[in-house]
Amino acid sequence: MPRVVKALILTFVALLIAAPVYVVIVSTFKTNAELFENPSGLPASWSFANYSRLFVESNISQNFANSVIVTAVSVTAALILASLASFGITRLMRVSGLLLFGFFIVGLAIPAQVNIIPIFLFFKSLGLTNSLVGLIIINVVTTLPISVFILTTFFRQLPSDMFESAAMDGAGYLRQYFSIALPLSAPAMSATAIFLLVIVWNDLLYPLLLITEESKRTLPLALLAYQGEFFADYTMIFTGVLVASAPMVILYIALQRFFIAGLTSGAVKG
Amino acid sequence: MSITKKRLAPIHSSRPLLFVLPAAILFLIFYMVPAFLTLRYSLTRWDGYSPDVEFVGLQNYQTLITADPVFTSTVSNSLRFMLVVVVFQTLFSLILGLMLVRNTKTGVALRTLYFFPTILSSISVGLIWLFMYDPFFGLINYIFREVGLTTFQPSWLGNEKIALYSLAATQVWFHTGQMMVVYVAGLQQIPQELYEAASVDGANAWRKFVSITWPLLLPTTILVMAYTTLQSFRAFELVWSMTQGGPGGSTEILPTLIYRTGMLNLNVGLATAQSVVFMLLIFSVFWIQRRAVKLTT
Repeated sequence: MPRVVKALILTFVALLIAAPVYVVIVSTFKTNAELFENPSGLPASWSFANYSRLFVESNISQNFANSVIVTAVSVTAALILASLASFGITRLMRVSGLLLFGFFIVGLAIPAQVNIIPIFLFFKSLGLTNSLVGLIIINVVTTLPISVFILTTFFRQLPSDMFESAAMDGAGYLRQYFSIALPLSAPAMSATAIFLLVIVWNDLLYPLLLITEESKRTLPLALLAYQGEFFADYTMIFTGVLVASAPMVILYIALQRFFIAGLTSGAVKG
Repeated sequence: MSITKKRLAPIHSSRPLLFVLPAAILFLIFYMVPAFLTLRYSLTRWDGYSPDVEFVGLQNYQTLITADPVFTSTVSNSLRFMLVVVVFQTLFSLILGLMLVRNTKTGVALRTLYFFPTILSSISVGLIWLFMYDPFFGLINYIFREVGLTTFQPSWLGNEKIALYSLAATQVWFHTGQMMVVYVAGLQQIPQELYEAASVDGANAWRKFVSITWPLLLPTTILVMAYTTLQSFRAFELVWSMTQGGPGGSTEILPTLIYRTGMLNLNVGLATAQSVVFMLLIFSVFWIQRRAVKLTT
């Protein structure tokens, strides 16, 4: 392919990705009139009016806090449970290990979207709707299959001699988990952590299913509500989008390579 | 040496089971129980609230297959959406992967940019593209006006004939970068010597692609297509945030219909029967795809 054609295609795609993102960012400093007249132009004056309005007229600080709590607890709990389970699976005898592994992997074959109605009814009967705890539980169990898959694959690659000689030196399983398995699995754990972080932070489905009280809304659910509350008020909507996306964007810019690797390992293995 | 070591190691211990139990119990209760309930409820008529659950056998399935035009058109929407997204996302990610396979500075920078939408939430992407597609204020029709196409101002999401494809385009924008990275990883594993040997034999670029790149990329292509299929079947969040299935049900896909039937119309039996059919549909599409991709080599 001629170089010029290649350069043209790559530039066009770059514009296709960057243009909407650029419009969102500059629009948060504009009025709607400015946006509608010239979507691509810079604001006449850089005003933070949309931001102050958003924080006054919506519950975004509360939504933000809910999102942080749900994401932090879900990801931490999922990582602890999945790494314990994966370690256990690889230390068990072949058949029972495989059976337990298969038990979790069934979850990869059944997309959770299939079971949304029973999930709602079951959680409601347990009093876990309108509760961040309920949201955390569903996040943890729906991310367990992929986490167990990634981590078990990783633990299997560790030479078993290491664990056996540790056992001969008198180290119990708990000790082997903490002083061998965990430290060695740092790369796999951080890749899984990034994957889960993005999934849980961005999730709209389960909050939509389980949360109706305004004070319990996470950011994605709040954004969905803005569609009605700020109807066609795009500069306000974009301000919300920017605030809700900021943490992931900042992490992405800071940890580009790890993000791409983490999200790809999730895709490749899921 | 290794044999003696293995004998000394406690191979019959079942203590590691304790490590698996917490996750397994949680998973059993909160994941497997709802999955089982899907099957059970699909054989009933129930609104999800009243105490009386009526067992109706396979009646819900019979209704779906023989007497439910909404379900039929939703299955067709889901399949068309999936097909368009899989074809274009796979094609574009392959082309971009081939162009950016080398780890040069520009290559890495462009890959980072193309990957960017992957980290956004579906609702954010949905809201951004709601603006892009706005018939009066949106960026797309604005560009058409600027280049002189003042009469070509489609209602991208309001027109029943094109709304589904507008959503598909957004989905492709959203996830092509992620699949491109998967292709880059696959491409970088193909040994360079194969290309060098082919050059010696006088093969041109197309010949090399057909006889080296494509066959060796086959596992990657199967993976990309399977992942994209699942992702587009599950595009609930994008559809719900942009059109909620409208206009006139033209963008209703299976997960949005399941949500509507179960949560809004309170027909739990029918919704869960839809879920089971959805599940079977996903499996059969996977199976067909695998066969089709393998036939190309």
